[in-house]
Amino acid sequence: MKQAPALAQGFPDLSGMRIAREPHWFRWISAALIVLVLAAIARAFANGQIEWSYVSRFLTAKVILEGIVNTMVMAVLAMMLGIFLGIVVAIMRLSPNPVLKSVAAGYTWLFRGTPLILQLLLWFNLALVFPTIGIPGLWSARAVDVMTPFLAALLGLGINQGAYTSEVMRAGMLSVDIGQYEAAQAIGMGRLRALRRIVLPQAMRVVIPPLGNEFIGMVKATSLASVIQYPELLHNAENIYYANSRVIELLIVAGLWYLLAVSILTPLQMLLERRFARGTLRLAR
Amino acid sequence: MTKPLVAIRSVAKNFGEFRALKNVSLDVWPGEVMCLIGASGSGKTTLLRCINQLATIDAGGIWLDGELLGVREQGGKLHRLSEREIGRQRLKTGMVFQRFNLFPHKTALENITEGPTQVQGRKPDEVRAEATELLRRVGLSAKADWYPAQLSGGQQQRVAIARALAMKPMLMLFDEPTSALDPELVGEVLAVMKELARSGMTMMVVTHELGFAREVADRVVYMDKGAIVEQGRASDVLGAPREERTKAFLSAVI
Repeated sequence: MKQAPALAQGFPDLSGMRIAREPHWFRWISAALIVLVLAAIARAFANGQIEWSYVSRFLTAKVILEGIVNTMVMAVLAMMLGIFLGIVVAIMRLSPNPVLKSVAAGYTWLFRGTPLILQLLLWFNLALVFPTIGIPGLWSARAVDVMTPFLAALLGLGINQGAYTSEVMRAGMLSVDIGQYEAAQAIGMGRLRALRRIVLPQAMRVVIPPLGNEFIGMVKATSLASVIQYPELLHNAENIYYANSRVIELLIVAGLWYLLAVSILTPLQMLLERRFARGTLRLAR
Repeated sequence: MTKPLVAIRSVAKNFGEFRALKNVSLDVWPGEVMCLIGASGSGKTTLLRCINQLATIDAGGIWLDGELLGVREQGGKLHRLSEREIGRQRLKTGMVFQRFNLFPHKTALENITEGPTQVQGRKPDEVRAEATELLRRVGLSAKADWYPAQLSGGQQQRVAIARALAMKPMLMLFDEPTSALDPELVGEVLAVMKELARSGMTMMVVTHELGFAREVADRVVYMDKGAIVEQGRASDVLGAPREERTKAFLSAVI
């Protein structure tokens, strides 16, 4: 075997030397400044016209706790309705059938094109259009009895959400490689089975981050249902301050609960993401 | 007298202006291993996709096991079959794709059991046992619980072959099964295909592996511009081509 040629001189031996730690002066200064500003804001609020005792007293008041429970129940139910509608509409949108396609496009256009608060008011006031509703000859009822604040909020929020979710779902389905549809067809699957077994599970991985976003939006959008008397968090907080005039204190109470709810949702989303990431990570075995 | 397993008669297929297949007729006999060769765009992959009905033909007819594919003749007209009937016809063929197309959210074993349990509605225990045997046959017993992303390209393609075999097809279609593989992984996939050919499976293989064609194929079909130019025994077509276009193609690839 030939001997390796001698290495050239003039390149010092660096082995054993470490990379030095940089002082990062700017980070220290900017962090100190931000702490100062935050302290000033905290001091201003502490000395402002806020009775903090009211905040702590009402934070766990029964009406407020009922409010946050109603808020979360509505957010979960409306989101479920929204996701269900979103999947159905996305599948319709991607179907080869032109009728289904246009119905889906029309739905998205209508419910994305009008303000949510307007839709809530329309559902709640449906009795003005149809005094009685029902199936002719079988069942009928007065619309005011059927269209409770709960149902109006659920329909308004859920159907509106479905319009947005359908686009998220469609994006997820389009992100799945066409070869996956073909492989599913090649083992004899029909379109719907291929969607359910092969395409949707892969699309879920892509849609969970935007859906988490939408769900956080939904938790806060339920506050709009206060205008149709649904007893959610903001509505109940308002009712208290109408009585005791502690407006800011109760708004802070509501704000803290919204923050807490959203803070709990973030780790839940991460758990879901991990569940649907199966097969995409080269896990150590 | 035996009948051909696949009978292709005057098949044409267009993609817009592009004529992918022009008046193609061909028989594939039971137990035969046929290799389709030709430049890209010559129509060989399209022909496979038409047999598996991933593409619909524009004219002519394809019979598989004596059954007309995709359409039914009634009152002098052809009526398209329902998706369900097409799904049933597809079960007679197994398809292996150039890019494997394994289901990434399912393990190797689950990829294989998906079709038999979900589509054929067979018992999971029985299917699992068969799938385990198929994995052993393609040399991947140890990888049953691995996800596709954890497998090499060659291993993925072998799982894909097992997945197609799990449906117990009469005909296996291979669409450039080694073209997406690193050179050192081609051999393991070809070895599985050779074993399959020896076991008597009827196979149509679109390939650029002329060595494989020479060794395994009963018949080699050379296609160009959507038509069959020359066909015959591998030694004849590859060793002593008669047509000028075949000669030109072979001298370009070797």
